[in-house]
Amino acid sequence: MNSLEFSILVGLGSFMAGFLGALTGLGGGVVLVPMLTLLFKVDIRYAVGASLVSVIATSSGAAAAYLKDGFSNIRIGMFLEIATTLGAVFGAFLAASVSTTAIGIIFGLVLLYSAYLSIRTPAEVPGDDQPDTLATRLRMNGTYPSLSGPRQYYVHRVPAGFSLMFGAGALSGLLGIGSGAVKVLAMDQAMGIPFKVSTTTSNFMIGVTAAASAGVYLSRGYIDPGLSMPVMLGVLAGALTGARVLARTKTQQLRWVFGAVIVALGGEMIYGALTGKI
Amino acid sequence: MLRKAEWTDQKVEIVIANLLRAGVTLAAATVLAGGLLFLLRHGFAPANYRVFAGEPTDLRHWIGIVRAAFALRGRGVIQLGLLLLIATPVARVAFAAFAFAMERDWLYVGISTLVLIVLLYSLLGVHGVV
Repeated sequence: MNSLEFSILVGLGSFMAGFLGALTGLGGGVVLVPMLTLLFKVDIRYAVGASLVSVIATSSGAAAAYLKDGFSNIRIGMFLEIATTLGAVFGAFLAASVSTTAIGIIFGLVLLYSAYLSIRTPAEVPGDDQPDTLATRLRMNGTYPSLSGPRQYYVHRVPAGFSLMFGAGALSGLLGIGSGAVKVLAMDQAMGIPFKVSTTTSNFMIGVTAAASAGVYLSRGYIDPGLSMPVMLGVLAGALTGARVLARTKTQQLRWVFGAVIVALGGEMIYGALTGKI
Repeated sequence: MLRKAEWTDQKVEIVIANLLRAGVTLAAATVLAGGLLFLLRHGFAPANYRVFAGEPTDLRHWIGIVRAAFALRGRGVIQLGLLLLIATPVARVAFAAFAFAMERDWLYVGISTLVLIVLLYSLLGVHGVV
């Protein structure tokens, strides 16, 4: 295959990944790396590097749209970014010392877990309206817009959320994914932050987290321009198109289909890693 | 007091949103231009990413990338676009630190600075050659 054919095919595949990622809210990163390694036989380190770059592009593009709605909380985001960026740098260093087989297996497990997260109905965490001392000192409590005017919310269990965020950052740096699911889990389930505030703030944080590991990938020579070009442009175009179509589609069935694809890819990744194909 | 009122969280968020959009647009345009250059010159050369070799050292650090881009090497221009993309969230954090200072929120000036240091360490440091 020559570079032109390769760019066109990878660009089309990335477009689909970005499109489905935006429609289902799962992000394109989770399917990109399996697609590049299993279908296009790209070395997993190049694939992770290209995926990280595309994660920055979609997150920054989407965050721009969300920010104006007034749901995201820049203080919560900034404080937790200390944890995610440190985790991301740690994950990026880990990527250099861990074998590609191990990365493949971890990736497969994360895929299976994301599929599980995407089909389960999240348990409603009862809103605790007692302010927490640490969260108050960090000025994290805020309001979000609702039909009956601004609603106040209180943030809890900051240390637990902070630790989970370090883990989310490490996964992002090791696997080149946004790990939005773990970030939402940390904010929504552990810290008791309203779901809509959690998802928009998470999206806002993904770009900064990915940038923290992308720098390390770049200086290690894991980011290849010839590969990243079609991946980044394809995912970005797909995500922008997906965001536009989103308002007009029923996403529930789509989440099931995408969930099934992720389970299949997760199995393939683990099988491929164990049989030495990755 | 008037100065403080000018820098509300809402306003900061709108400026950040515009900053992010501009950064991504600029980066994507640069990557596209570099991609066209690259494919015009090397489109019919075989593509092989099966074997991991790592990038040449000049495409690993911003000084070499800028040099390669100004020499109009396709891969250099793409890499410059990717560098702009990675720099976009960094600029966002730097602007947030500035905005928190305008709001006289010193705690968050400190927090943003900490995040900025981690990002700059990652982006500007030389992290070993594998």
